[in-house]
Amino acid sequence: MQTSYSSAFFTILKRDLTIALRHRDDIINPLLFFIIVVSLFPLGIGPVSNTLMKIAPGVIWVAALLATLLSLERLFKNDHADGSLEQLLLSPCPTFILVLAKILAHWLITGLPLIIIAPLLGVLLNLHQDSYTALMLTLLLGTPVLSLLGAIGVALTVGLKKGGMLLSLLVLPLYIPVLIFATSAIDAASMNLPYNGQLAIIAAIFFGSLTLAPFAVGSALKVSTN
Amino acid sequence: MWKWLHPYANPEVSYHFTGKLIPWFTAISVILLVLGLGLALAFSPADYQQGESVRIFYLHVPAAMLSMGIYLGMAIAALTALVWQLKLAEASIAALAPIGATFTAIALLTGAAWGKPMWGTWWIWDARLTSELILLFLYLGVIALQNAFEDKSLAGKAASVLAIVGVVNLPIIHYSVEWWNTLHQGSTVSKLERPSMSADMFIPFVVCLFGFAFLVARIFGERFRAEIIARNSMRPWVKALVLAQEKN
Repeated sequence: MQTSYSSAFFTILKRDLTIALRHRDDIINPLLFFIIVVSLFPLGIGPVSNTLMKIAPGVIWVAALLATLLSLERLFKNDHADGSLEQLLLSPCPTFILVLAKILAHWLITGLPLIIIAPLLGVLLNLHQDSYTALMLTLLLGTPVLSLLGAIGVALTVGLKKGGMLLSLLVLPLYIPVLIFATSAIDAASMNLPYNGQLAIIAAIFFGSLTLAPFAVGSALKVSTN
Repeated sequence: MWKWLHPYANPEVSYHFTGKLIPWFTAISVILLVLGLGLALAFSPADYQQGESVRIFYLHVPAAMLSMGIYLGMAIAALTALVWQLKLAEASIAALAPIGATFTAIALLTGAAWGKPMWGTWWIWDARLTSELILLFLYLGVIALQNAFEDKSLAGKAASVLAIVGVVNLPIIHYSVEWWNTLHQGSTVSKLERPSMSADMFIPFVVCLFGFAFLVARIFGERFRAEIIARNSMRPWVKALVLAQEKN
């Protein structure tokens, strides 16, 4: 029986979300990590509010990168361990759609909570009051990119025993453009300058990776499952 | 049209063919490097602003150009490996990655040595320095991924995917970093028009560049042969080769 592409997409999405909701630790732990990392910076640097205001965009974004990195492994690991990943790859539905559903589920579980909690951390770090909109917009456009590019790295390392350290080496250099443009947009917003340009570039990176990354993930998964 | 290429897909033919090329590459690179470095270090004029320290240029710029060129070559090999399933292309990725990483490191180190007298600091977060550093990370990622797999063929395929992802990202990283911060001098030699330096500096530079390029080809040939042997160690022709060598 041939299932339609949209029903395959939503089946995978629903399945991944259900599994995640039954293991709430997987959602909460990266979030706690995010909060703790951010709250370490004032302790390490000192509570001077001007300094904190200056570093706030960078700290929040770097913490978001690291939190995403921590949560990435779950994307394919369990499916690979119990064999369902191979079944997915064997299905008649294109890998592109299945991979996209899994990445969307990952973003809903990890990216979205980060965005919701980010303004609170902005308050902790004394973020400039004009920057909040920019912070939210860059996170909204940027965190899907983190999930998409990260999925390539996980797909390459999922078959390995010690993939964790390797994953950060593979993925973090690819995150650099998003980090640069996001923090510069937030900085520009704090100086009341327009930041449409930076947002447009992040959006371009997002759509570029949305169209290309699933192909790379698909061929990487084929290598990993052999 | 491409039929003449087919025999070289055979590891044994490629192994012997590369073996024949290596002495030529060695000779050409020794001649060019002696000539080029001799001209550059002894006879080319010192810069009117930078003085004698400009001579680092003849090592620094070829290393930087080759570090990027090697990555491009690696990505082309990766595409060949994925599209045409060519085992030798996988071997050449494994052979190229460490060479590229070394040349990137040379470019960074000579750049630091040049930056100290010129800018007064070993390191600044300038656009080109940063993108060269990220290039080094990408190379190290490919090498690390390659080493993580036990199966050589799987390692080659995984490294191919990563190399292609890297080459798509490299221009994005380069321009984002450029936009982020720029202090490095504009490029002097990459333009196609008349180079913006005098001929008695440009000629030694070109000779050095080709000298280093042939050095890369020579090292690559050696590593490529080693990779072929490692991947085909169970084949009869490799066994025959080893036996023949033991007899001598």
